[in-house]
Amino acid sequence: MTTVFGIPTQALFGQLLIGLINGSFYAILSLGLAVIFGLLNIINFTHGAQYMMGAFVAYFLLQWAGLGYWWALLIAPLVVGLIGIVLERTMLQRLYKLDHLYGLLLTFGLALIIQGLFRNEFGSSGLPYSIPPQLTGGQNLGFMVLPNYRAWVVAFSLVVCLGTWYVIERTKLGSYLRAATENPTLVRAFGVNVPRMITLTYGFGVGLAALAGVLAAPIYQVNPLMGADLIIVVFAVVVIGGMGSIMGSIVTGFALGVIEGLTKVFYPEASNTVIFVIMALVLLVKPAGLFGRER
Amino acid sequence: MAITRESVTLPAVSTTPRHQYVAFGVMLAFFVVAPFFVYPLFLMKALCFALFACAFNLLIGYAGLLSFGHAAFLGSAGYLTAHSAKVWGFPPELAILTGTATAGVLGIVIGALAIRRQGIYFAMITLALAQMIYFFSLQAPFTHGEDGIQAVPRGVLFGLLDLRQPMTMYFVVLAIFVGGFLLIYRTIHSPFGQVLKAIRENEPRAVSLGYTADQYKLIAFVLSATLSGLAGGTKAMVFQLASLTDVHWTMSGEVVLMTLLGGLGTVFGPVAGALVVVALENYLAQLGAWVTIVQGVIFVVCVLTFRRGIIGELARILRKPL
Repeated sequence: MTTVFGIPTQALFGQLLIGLINGSFYAILSLGLAVIFGLLNIINFTHGAQYMMGAFVAYFLLQWAGLGYWWALLIAPLVVGLIGIVLERTMLQRLYKLDHLYGLLLTFGLALIIQGLFRNEFGSSGLPYSIPPQLTGGQNLGFMVLPNYRAWVVAFSLVVCLGTWYVIERTKLGSYLRAATENPTLVRAFGVNVPRMITLTYGFGVGLAALAGVLAAPIYQVNPLMGADLIIVVFAVVVIGGMGSIMGSIVTGFALGVIEGLTKVFYPEASNTVIFVIMALVLLVKPAGLFGRER
Repeated sequence: MAITRESVTLPAVSTTPRHQYVAFGVMLAFFVVAPFFVYPLFLMKALCFALFACAFNLLIGYAGLLSFGHAAFLGSAGYLTAHSAKVWGFPPELAILTGTATAGVLGIVIGALAIRRQGIYFAMITLALAQMIYFFSLQAPFTHGEDGIQAVPRGVLFGLLDLRQPMTMYFVVLAIFVGGFLLIYRTIHSPFGQVLKAIRENEPRAVSLGYTADQYKLIAFVLSATLSGLAGGTKAMVFQLASLTDVHWTMSGEVVLMTLLGGLGTVFGPVAGALVVVALENYLAQLGAWVTIVQGVIFVVCVLTFRRGIIGELARILRKPL
């Protein structure tokens, strides 16, 4: 068996792949948080719960409507995004004039409610969701077997992240968005409907979380608490990357996933905490985050 | 960060207004009489959480810093208190002191990192660092993972007071709570507390007046962490148990809830909030996940319509700061 640094390559590349997959989720989720934060100035604590809802919508679609994975990939972000829009219109909207911390507290409360309701209904054990038939099996790359579904998750996440980056940084719509982030009052004076833009942005960010949830459903089981601990790691990712740049969120997300995967190989005891340690180091060296700026 | 802009701010006077003496007297009388009518263990739990919430309120209410990781201090102090009492055979006063000191040291480390950012970043950083403490507690051998440290001996305080007697234990806990409460009260009304409020309202201006804002924030953070540790150590003694529940992020959320419900930046609010939340949990305990849902609903209602909290509203009606 071939080894690298005394570690079998099979295990090394296996963990690297898992790291990339976790990194995909970190990237999509921190991207959504960054987009929402940019315009709403709210840290969306409900993000983890909305990720979980995405996975559950996929599960419901299959159980109740017989609609499979590909439909879920389309419908779940729309449904969860729509619920997000309702939450924004009815609750979040009242808080914009107040201190930002109230937004954090409100979304934390909403996360507790959503997770509690799902746990009441479905317990804490996971529900299985199978890989779509087109993506079962794997490719033998010689040094490892690459499961098709996992390759798909990484590739698709990259496309979603880069697509989002393109829309925000390179299109007219994105330029409105960036302008409203800088100075909402002025953009409004130019006749752009900023409140509607804020609502849609929240829906979009939440939809991204739900999309990540659908992608995660076949890998991890569908579980009411699947987003609860994940969101804390994503917060750390956001602190490390800083929320100033879209590309920064994407790069940081993937990189930290890989680092976490490698830690699992070389020093498994620290794999749960490595991201938090990196966060502490980044705070010492560059408090604004790797890609962030003080505001 | 002026999260308490809407709440009642205390007047900058050095003498305590009379109605606060009255309020303190009412609170003390309640806790002295209550154990003869209510189950003492429930009251001790409420007192520990009241101290915890008061310590947390020192930070959010007067320094404007929202920590979402205070469970780390409560829990780690609980573990060290339990471990030193059970394994090292420390007497209770020394065991609680060990736990409190641990929380204080942890407060220096986490505080020094977290105050490098402000606002919501501060909240996210404290949450993440506390999660690190949680994973450490999950994996470290001396905490016994999911089992926790059980059957911690209560022992005899100062070689005089036998804490195995529920009433003795109760009044010791009450004494610890009152001590912590008065310390916080003194801190808020000292020149130090006034500077904290100045930093909360306008940090650049406070800095321009020559105050080293970071130092003030760090001292407030460490003080808050230490007192949370005192609450955690006492709680471990009361329940003779230190477990993962106390280091989990849900506990950090709970203390935010207690303070928010009672009234951010009020002196007596956290105590009222802790009493209500602990009572609620007691009442809803059999209903499982409903506790979480009810907590979430209280959060949402408080943020949307009840931002002053119970004591804050009371103070508004009476037109006297409480």
